[in-house]
Amino acid sequence: MKKLSFAVLVVGAGPAGLAAATSAARGNFSVGLLDENPAPGGQIWRGGRTHAPGKQARVWLSLAELPEITPLYRTKVVAPLGTRALLAERPDGPVLIEFERLILATGARERFLPFPGWTLPGVMGAGGLQALVKGGLPVEGKRIVVAGSGPLLLAVAAFLKSKGAHVLLVAEQTPWHRLGAFALQLPRYGRQFRQAGQLGLHLYNVPFHADSWVTQAHGDKRLMAVSVRMGGRVKTLDCDYLACGFGLVPNSELAAAFGCELFEGSVRVDAWQRTSVEGIYCVGEATGIGGVDVSLAEGQIAGYAAIGQLERARTYFPAREKAARFAALLARNFALRDELRHLATDETLLCRCEDVPYGEAKQQASWRSARLQTRCGMGPCQGRVCGAAASFLFGWTPDSVRPPVSVARVETLALTPETIMRRRTQ
Amino acid sequence: MVHLTVNGRVVSVPEGSMVAAALMVAEVGAFRHSVQGDVRAPLCGMGICFECRVTINGQAHCLSCQTVCEDGMEVVTT
Repeated sequence: MKKLSFAVLVVGAGPAGLAAATSAARGNFSVGLLDENPAPGGQIWRGGRTHAPGKQARVWLSLAELPEITPLYRTKVVAPLGTRALLAERPDGPVLIEFERLILATGARERFLPFPGWTLPGVMGAGGLQALVKGGLPVEGKRIVVAGSGPLLLAVAAFLKSKGAHVLLVAEQTPWHRLGAFALQLPRYGRQFRQAGQLGLHLYNVPFHADSWVTQAHGDKRLMAVSVRMGGRVKTLDCDYLACGFGLVPNSELAAAFGCELFEGSVRVDAWQRTSVEGIYCVGEATGIGGVDVSLAEGQIAGYAAIGQLERARTYFPAREKAARFAALLARNFALRDELRHLATDETLLCRCEDVPYGEAKQQASWRSARLQTRCGMGPCQGRVCGAAASFLFGWTPDSVRPPVSVARVETLALTPETIMRRRTQ
Repeated sequence: MVHLTVNGRVVSVPEGSMVAAALMVAEVGAFRHSVQGDVRAPLCGMGICFECRVTINGQAHCLSCQTVCEDGMEVVTT
């Protein structure tokens, strides 16, 4: 087994991780930058073949090429080994990585909610479909319904339209008055305001409905049509894809596996982005959904704090504060409505890994009892999809994920503690 | 272009494409079948949901949404 050691290891190469790694590298410390994906950028700056990242992304992505930073892409964290090392898996096998400081920038995922037909091929996350299109899926001429909640829907709709898709409808669940309140505050946030304006122009001719949500996806072996509630009526539209996501959920599983305290699903941090575990920092969406600006500010704060440059870290406090205010505005105005708790029928699957129907899960008293009694959340995604849904549907608090935190090969899992210890002391 | 086989059939996609995208271009109906036999295809597109897992070059449970296509790659759906 290979062994690597870094002064600072950053897990996740999205905006927060890139900012953390490049800041930590300013002190001439060895920095490792680890990500599951083949290239840095995270979800928001996912480059891919057909979509070159914007100017801000290009600047940060080029900084990541500093010689002090060792890129470790296509690398998955399998398990923490105490609080100063972890076991990871690369395409060529397992690797033991030691570090003095760890900065977790594990990002966020989309929240999916169950509705009849949501397991049909062709029903995808909003960010999910965007990621696949960036990964080479052509959508020219395809009829697509974009639905769910949050500003991501507009960005995805504009992106799909720019790739030649026929966006039939954007269905936003939040009511008009909330959108209005959000829009009134937008001019206070220059960059976001300009972005919104640009999105509006790109989405010229695309029907947009607030107070509107998907009630059912139709089809046998794949999606043929979706039913959408709008203006008090349900309308059914033939389509090729449904891109549907209900906001974002922090990826806090790895932090929890290291023993870091969580608060309402996000990783709890102090002013220097330190978690409750000494030497471990957390930045970006994993500390609470805030978007790219708050991620960059937090990444820089943690990067400089991790190498002891506290005064430099402090200069990013105001940027973090402003970005956090915007995040609060988003959370307030895109809160999920109660009707979304009642889309699934008893037969609708809640857990897609273990095929557990909603009707079985809802009889349970807690997430733990659902896991034990129905196998809900016991499949390969370890409840990352159905756990986030269940926390909204039933108010359950998902247990923390146990190692291995991701699916790993038998050869990696077969490494005994003795083998690992021997390697660590060598 | 990169040429790979999907369930024994040759599929050609532009360089840099993800395996998940190649499978959708090849119009495979199912990436995998669920516990009770339903057809499944990618949901999250970013390595979370495991719905896109396929066998690549003999290795089972590879996430096709995080794997870049390579010449000669053999992809089998389950």
